Amino acid sequence: MKPILECYGLSKSYGNGRMALSNLNLSLERGQIIGLLGPNGSGKTTLIKLINDLLVPTEGYIRIDGSTPGAETKKIVSYLPERTYLTPSWKVADLISYFEDFYGDFQRNRAKQMLEALGIELHAKLRTLSKGAREKVQLVMVMSRDASLYILDEPIGGVDPASRDYILNTILTNYNENATILLSTHLISDIENILDRVLFLQNGQLVLNAPVDDIRMEQKKSVDMLFREVFRC
Amino acid sequence: MTWNLDNNIPIYLQIMERIQRDIISGRYRPGDKLPSVRELAVEAAVNPNTMQKALSELERGGLVYSQRTSGRFITEDEELLRELKKERAGRYLAEFIESMHNLGLKDDEILALLNEALKEEGKA
Repeated sequence: MKPILECYGLSKSYGNGRMALSNLNLSLERGQIIGLLGPNGSGKTTLIKLINDLLVPTEGYIRIDGSTPGAETKKIVSYLPERTYLTPSWKVADLISYFEDFYGDFQRNRAKQMLEALGIELHAKLRTLSKGAREKVQLVMVMSRDASLYILDEPIGGVDPASRDYILNTILTNYNENATILLSTHLISDIENILDRVLFLQNGQLVLNAPVDDIRMEQKKSVDMLFREVFRC
Repeated sequence: MTWNLDNNIPIYLQIMERIQRDIISGRYRPGDKLPSVRELAVEAAVNPNTMQKALSELERGGLVYSQRTSGRFITEDEELLRELKKERAGRYLAEFIESMHNLGLKDDEILALLNEALKEEGKA
């Protein structure tokens, strides 16, 4: 099977003379959970936006399941942006219907189950929910799709440690074996046990692409420790 | 986290250790069926691929075997299990002796302390 995501010579400049991404070459296999790590401003969100067709590459190109990002790829990519885009006056139930209309692969029952486990009421208006609860709702929506590629930009940033465990558990139980999850985060030690592989970005360049157990075997240290060393300020 | 894994050591090695321990200690009996990869991965809070790798390695060592459709089972080879237990006990002993030597204790002192501790343990 062809890789789910391929990037060839991918570069992005925002026109200020600086390259947000420069000449990135990358190929992601199916059935993996991959951490996208890097300090602030290293290009993580730029890469994620390019994959989701929210930005256009300056040079190079992306293939998702063989296609250029666009309407077709959005059917198979489930994306959690770093900022919320939810309409505050909506109820949680409205959001479920909206997602169901939009995405053919949305599983209503799965969404309801997860929301119930997290103690979120379906008739609650989004504006009445706490910041953490809104983040959970959004992640539940994204993980309730049967997508081939999940792109999660900072999925656990604003939630408490207990919910974080539940969310990681949700990710582990819900993703299917042929799906790939690419997630960016700064909370490395919390998630490194569920990762297959990590990508380190620095100044728009890919400086490391390795299986996490290889890092532990060869460096005798955790991904978190390695990150702190590579990116020491 | 239920399995208490150390992020500095490859996760699949720790999972192998843990399952070996569960087999030696009798939590899993010879011939028992292991939970599925997915169930074990969720229990340990690790990636299913990592769990898969650990189980494949255990399979290579003969400790578990898989039956094509019905899952993975613990070996019924008692000889192998005895050897594993002996090997594991040897490792713990070597660690113990090294720690004792590091405290500056002589062999006869270690033996005396060990006998005393065993007696105490027996009383409790």
